[in-house]
Amino acid sequence: MEYILKNGIVYDPINEINGEKKDVMFKDGKIVNSVSDDAKVIDVTDKLVMPAGIDVHCHLAGPKLCVGRLYRPEDERRGVKPKTDITRPETGFSIPNCPATGYRFSKMGYGTVVEAAVPPLEAKHTHEEIIAIPNIDIPPLTLFGNNWFILQFAKEGRIEDIAAFVSAWLKITKGYGVKIVNPCGSEAWGWGMNVHGIDDPAPYWDVTAREVIRALAQANEMLGLPHSIHIHPNDLGHPGNFPTTVNTIDCMKDIKKNSEYRNQTIHLTHAQFHCYDGTSWRDVTSGVEPVADYINKHDHVTMDMGQVTLDETTTMTADGPMEYDLYELTGLKWANKDIELETASGLVPFIYSGRNPVHSLQWAIGLELALMIEDPWKVCLTTDSPNAGPFIRYPRVMSWLMSYQRRAEMMDNKEVHAWAGRKSALGTLDREYDFYDIATITRAGPSKIYGFEDRGHLGAGAIADIAVYDLEPNNFDPTRNAAEVEKAFSNALYTIKDGQILVKDGEIVKVVSSKHVRTEVEGFEDEEKRILEEIMPFFNRYYTVKFENYVVHDHYAEPSSVYKVNASK
Amino acid sequence: MAYEPPVTDYDKIVENCTCAFCGSNCDDVDILVKDNHVVGVRHACRLGASKIMEDEDQRLTVPMIRDENGELVEVDWDTALDKAAELIAGAVRPVFYGWSETSIEAMKPGLELTELVGAVIDNQATICHGPTVQAVQNVGYPLMTLGEVKNRADMVVYTGSNPMNAHPRHLARYTTFPKGFFRKRGRFDRTLVTWDPKYSDTAKLSDIWVPFEENGDYAFCNAIRAVLKGKELKQDVISGIPKEDIVALTEKMKNTQFGALFFGLGLTHTLSKQRNIDIAIQLVQDLNKYTKWVLLPMRGHFNVNGFNIFMSYEMGFPYGVDFSRGYPRYMIGETTTIDLLNRKECDVFMVIAADPGAHFPGGALAHLADIPVIQIDIHWGPSTELADVVLPGTFIGVETAGTSYRMDSVPIFMKKAIDPPETCREDEWIVNELLKRVTKLKEASK
Repeated sequence: MEYILKNGIVYDPINEINGEKKDVMFKDGKIVNSVSDDAKVIDVTDKLVMPAGIDVHCHLAGPKLCVGRLYRPEDERRGVKPKTDITRPETGFSIPNCPATGYRFSKMGYGTVVEAAVPPLEAKHTHEEIIAIPNIDIPPLTLFGNNWFILQFAKEGRIEDIAAFVSAWLKITKGYGVKIVNPCGSEAWGWGMNVHGIDDPAPYWDVTAREVIRALAQANEMLGLPHSIHIHPNDLGHPGNFPTTVNTIDCMKDIKKNSEYRNQTIHLTHAQFHCYDGTSWRDVTSGVEPVADYINKHDHVTMDMGQVTLDETTTMTADGPMEYDLYELTGLKWANKDIELETASGLVPFIYSGRNPVHSLQWAIGLELALMIEDPWKVCLTTDSPNAGPFIRYPRVMSWLMSYQRRAEMMDNKEVHAWAGRKSALGTLDREYDFYDIATITRAGPSKIYGFEDRGHLGAGAIADIAVYDLEPNNFDPTRNAAEVEKAFSNALYTIKDGQILVKDGEIVKVVSSKHVRTEVEGFEDEEKRILEEIMPFFNRYYTVKFENYVVHDHYAEPSSVYKVNASK
Repeated sequence: MAYEPPVTDYDKIVENCTCAFCGSNCDDVDILVKDNHVVGVRHACRLGASKIMEDEDQRLTVPMIRDENGELVEVDWDTALDKAAELIAGAVRPVFYGWSETSIEAMKPGLELTELVGAVIDNQATICHGPTVQAVQNVGYPLMTLGEVKNRADMVVYTGSNPMNAHPRHLARYTTFPKGFFRKRGRFDRTLVTWDPKYSDTAKLSDIWVPFEENGDYAFCNAIRAVLKGKELKQDVISGIPKEDIVALTEKMKNTQFGALFFGLGLTHTLSKQRNIDIAIQLVQDLNKYTKWVLLPMRGHFNVNGFNIFMSYEMGFPYGVDFSRGYPRYMIGETTTIDLLNRKECDVFMVIAADPGAHFPGGALAHLADIPVIQIDIHWGPSTELADVVLPGTFIGVETAGTSYRMDSVPIFMKKAIDPPETCREDEWIVNELLKRVTKLKEASK
């Protein structure tokens, strides 16, 4: 089937198209340069056209989510919607049920959403949820940062063996890339402890975060994976943590990248939580400046925001000790889920409020980061959903980034506490994102960062993932109309996925299966086999499942989209 | 126990099968097969082995419908499925109950059918660990996978459960006996504690047995919490336990490196119900100020946890979910099976992989006897006596592969070892057929 999307105002940063009026053509699910006269015309004259959105970091499928849903019916009861002829019932606000997750992303014009943390032992669960989520492609990132095998190999400096292990485990878990969460800290949580800074060794293993991060990054580049390591550094959410953040990025600067498409060797996730100065919550101030300054001066790093949206939400992370700290701080119900030999995790509900000084400062820090880092290609828009706010708030974050007036208004009329202005530089930043920048931080940048050569742009050969919004960029001033920006980005005029129209006029018109997006390394099979043979006795002794029942069988990851990586290049 | 010589006469061994009995989901079971029959089982406990071995006993093999005389008569699959579909399509307030002994793959079409007809879907949690889920929703859920206990725990506490009888390999495989990475000497490196009014088989093995009074669990946990917070206990004896013993135990719990608390229905179903669990969870949360503690409910069926997980990710609520208004509602006491039956609301009841006939209270059963009941199961049981349509399924983990979730939520793909009897059908196939037929009937009546 051929289509022509006519006369839209197109923003496609990868192909350097900045608001040109042009047609976008696609055929059989792919973007093409020309179509025949039989092509079906979709008239989008003067409307805003972008590639479909890519979310670089979201928690949307897996065991943590499920604990959240199970223990927070109060959240599920927000956002209940009955079934329609096309859609299944929806529930939930910060942790929606699987169908709602797919519909809501699709309505915002998103096509690909990365699941940010998959414990290998429960990877099947994540894939089962991906099957239940419609309409978006989902690449899951596999957790490696506290894996016992990695800790041991990193201590011994066995980089090639780590590469073999990662390569094997990406196949076993059907994962896309390497995620590291509070390296060594989540292992310490096995004993109710934590580590502080990147040079504090894990108990027993006697290996530091610095060694683990560097070893995994070297292995990642040895394999030439499409994504770099994706790191949630130590000391999340602690006042005075910005030096840890800078040190984490800085310890990577001599590692050479092995990818033509991406520029970075490290992706710093939910940076907002990692840019605090001060010594306690009483004297905390923004620590954005040194981090932004470092990122501005170095090209081996990219980041995403983790923007606080000032909602009641559910925090969940593989950073187990952090969640216990949060529980001690708030007293709200604490859930924990430690995974043998692999990781920890925890959950606590959280009520962000604009009346709270700390939350308001966090709100300011996220925006400050996005505005102080000069190159939008290094920035991605996230809320670390649902940690800093649910993903349905992305359009609101866009409206904040696009309007200095709106930000000033929020600080002036006390929608946020005075700390937002007093303890950060946000009030002085009058930079405003334009539609090209928004397309960069939600489409083009993420595509580069993840090595998604087939999406995030509208060049010929890309998959036809397109979003059209009900805004006319040439007759509209986003700096003065924050509410309309939010409304338009929340309800796409069209969301097209693989050439199929899934959303029209902000309503779901079609439901399709999500694809499991994963990488498969080729040319490393012998090393994989050798390392599996070596670790198997240990595996059998200390895991509680048999290896045969541990692997994610192929049928859990259907349909899938596989990025083949040639390790020998 | 008489000596039984090992089975030597078999065609093949199917290794690493998963036992489909309790929530321990032991996945190291070897099944010995001869002529497509199970002739031996290795590594399983007696409960698991007897379920896998003696499966043919009282097996439902053909579809049946109850005739005018009240007798179940054999019919062909089409007749039975049509009859069941007709009942479901014509129902005003159908309830689909069970699911804990079947696979996630069978639950999927089951939920679709539920959404289609606006039924209530519920599982055994409604009569077992339901209060646990309520407590988790009140105060939190600090848990772990069982391997964490195996590798790290130096104190293991069981309360309100007797795993030596109900989860026989739990201690041997996961918590107490195995040699863990940080517990190289296994049992010798751990302190095993049982809090139970009864001197159970687990208590007999324990280093410490705390026989508090029946219904004394809440006060006992409360006393430990008080001691932990530095309070002086005002009574000399609490729940039948001397004050000094409580203080000493609290000190021990505080000074472990990694403690794990396992609780069963003995805690969820005594006087204070979910409040018992509330306080047990809070106790574990408090202990984490000093050292590492985790807890886990001892789930009974091999996939009872799986249903709660499945429903949570699909629809946001764990059990007792009502779709009669087109959107899911979860109100304990209102949309839960026993209450619907007691109020005589339900007009068609489908039970799959469960035996309400053996477990439900009398009032609920009295109503079940009055309404049409559809049964999907592999064995003849009390529920068969209540059933009007009987659809014989297959045995997950032996005859049919499928996904289940262990009590600690680890997903396991259970493979098959033999082919099912020719006249039986997989649960997934049966539910899918019902879905197709009900959809057709609904469309015809539009």
